[in-house]
Amino acid sequence: MNREDELFLTRDFGLDHLHRLETYVSRGGYRAAAKALKTMTPDAVLEEVKAANLRGRGGAGFPAGIKWGFVPRGTDALRYLCVNADEGEPGTFKDRFLMSHNPHLLLEGAILASYAVGIRTAYVYIRGEYESIARRLETAVSEARASGWLGDHIAGTGFGLEVFVHRGAGAYICGEETALLESLEGKRGHPRLKPPFPASIGLFRCPTVINNVETLCHIPGIIRHGAEAFLKRGLPRDGGTRIFSVSGAVARPGCYELPTGSSLRELIYERAGGVRDGRKLKAVIPGGLSAPMLTENEIDVRMDGDSLVEAGSMLGSGAVIVIDDETPMTLVLEKITKFYAHESCGQCTPCRVGTAWMARIAARLRAGRRRNGDVDTLHRLASGIKGRTLCPMGDAAALPVLALVAKFRDELERSS
Amino acid sequence: MSHNIPDRVKRRVEDILSRYPRREAALLPVLSALQEERGFLSHSDEEWAADTLGIPPAKVREVVTFYSLFRRKPAGRHHLQVCTNVSCALNGADGLLSHLRKKLGIAEGETSADGRFSLSSVECLGHCDEAPCLMVNDEHYGRLDRRALDELLEKLE
Ligand SMILES: Cc1cc2nc3c(=O)[nH]c(=O)nc-3n(C[C@H](O)[C@H](O)[C@H](O)COP(=O)(O)O)c2cc1C
Ligand code: FES
Repeated sequence: MNREDELFLTRDFGLDHLHRLETYVSRGGYRAAAKALKTMTPDAVLEEVKAANLRGRGGAGFPAGIKWGFVPRGTDALRYLCVNADEGEPGTFKDRFLMSHNPHLLLEGAILASYAVGIRTAYVYIRGEYESIARRLETAVSEARASGWLGDHIAGTGFGLEVFVHRGAGAYICGEETALLESLEGKRGHPRLKPPFPASIGLFRCPTVINNVETLCHIPGIIRHGAEAFLKRGLPRDGGTRIFSVSGAVARPGCYELPTGSSLRELIYERAGGVRDGRKLKAVIPGGLSAPMLTENEIDVRMDGDSLVEAGSMLGSGAVIVIDDETPMTLVLEKITKFYAHESCGQCTPCRVGTAWMARIAARLRAGRRRNGDVDTLHRLASGIKGRTLCPMGDAAALPVLALVAKFRDELERSS
Repeated sequence: MSHNIPDRVKRRVEDILSRYPRREAALLPVLSALQEERGFLSHSDEEWAADTLGIPPAKVREVVTFYSLFRRKPAGRHHLQVCTNVSCALNGADGLLSHLRKKLGIAEGETSADGRFSLSSVECLGHCDEAPCLMVNDEHYGRLDRRALDELLEKLE
């Protein structure tokens, strides 16, 4: 086996019992944790992750090492790790894929992150709809504890970590990191005002690191093989691989792991088998529902954060939703606006009122009852939400509508 | 007031409480454990949770009404939750939902007269690769068409 192939998270996903500790260990699992705990200082682990410039896979793309570095050091004060397994961004299912195939990879990533930052308690916040995966994670936690990979004195060292699986109860907003913290504290998922950032005041008012599942799954590979090997895959500034969730009107929906910076067109046509039933591609949402859509002539774009921003969209959670030419855009608009109206936490007026209003207009367009000025009103509402809310959910609701109106205005104006 | 909470739930709650440095942090998992027992959260469940965690009942109500997985009235034995977000809609979710409405004679938010089925439409379930999909209680079913759906309903007693 080529050494670098071990940097592909999904390399062993064809194995039958990879989710069992025994199989995971037989494939080199927990070797990174052993190496770090026995031969590296926490700072050395942190530096390696910084050098790898691992960008967060949850949506915002912030470098993990820098985030960890924000946690105050040199004190014994309690601090926490929260693993974001809420996976609510429509179109996204990669974290489910990772956790169901390889829960120990996530646990090993959590051990390494906790060791680097001096954390002794981690919570995996998993969406309530993933009950079977939550159970699988709990089994993995028990296995890891039984063989000394969790609990006190991990691998015979002075370092200890407890991991608890915490189930959400159905609320998209709890994927937003500060809403997640509120929810973990037993409250409504209302995002907090930042600053203070969670790295200084987070869970139970303690310094807290919040990372996406996929982000943490990259850590064992980085520690075992080094930042340099990691950076050889993907782009120099945005290295490694990403797991793209591809769905919608494609022949082969699924998770595809590719180096960052791979072509969107290739992902759709070569991996996912192209548009289903011989239809043509009309539009693509390239980074989860909140990402502005691209049209057929805009899909020769690289799948990395910077390239997609240049293309006027975003990489977000890496979820690609393909829309075919027989789908009316009023259907897509209706579903997008209904989602944000349903999921707005209600704290900020522009988001609460604006998303509900957009959804009413979209439902009218879909039902063929367009009124004069509806499309303009949609545009005005979305512009009024953008940039005027406490958390990025407002932008998430506004940007896809603005893109849809800009790119498919004629079609919307014809709907009646 | 007698709350009538079975001992096995109380034991589970003790275990849940041991995971958090503050009792109130256990609210979501405690409510889930209570709901699992009865199928919904009664007024008395909410009061018991408030007492046990040392928080005002209004705080509990606030949380119960915020999260979509909590219910304040019973659902059917089989709670059908049909995803109608974009990827499922591109694969015929709306047709499946209207098929279910007709076949069961209920609308979203309703329960069939015999208590067997209840129906709701939900947002993305994270199984878009298996679109169109739905959840029956905690189980996921994907790649459904009307026939597969009819067969599934047959099996749910
Ligand atoms: C409305 C909203 C929903 C989000 N949902 C998720 C989610 O489901 N999973 C996730 O990992 N990040 C989500 N995020 C991003 C998180 O706030 C945060 O950036 C991320 O968990 C950090 O982890 P990372 O740096 O490893 O990516 C969401 C953000 C917003 C604004
Ligand atoms: S859109 Fe239905 S599961 Fe994601």
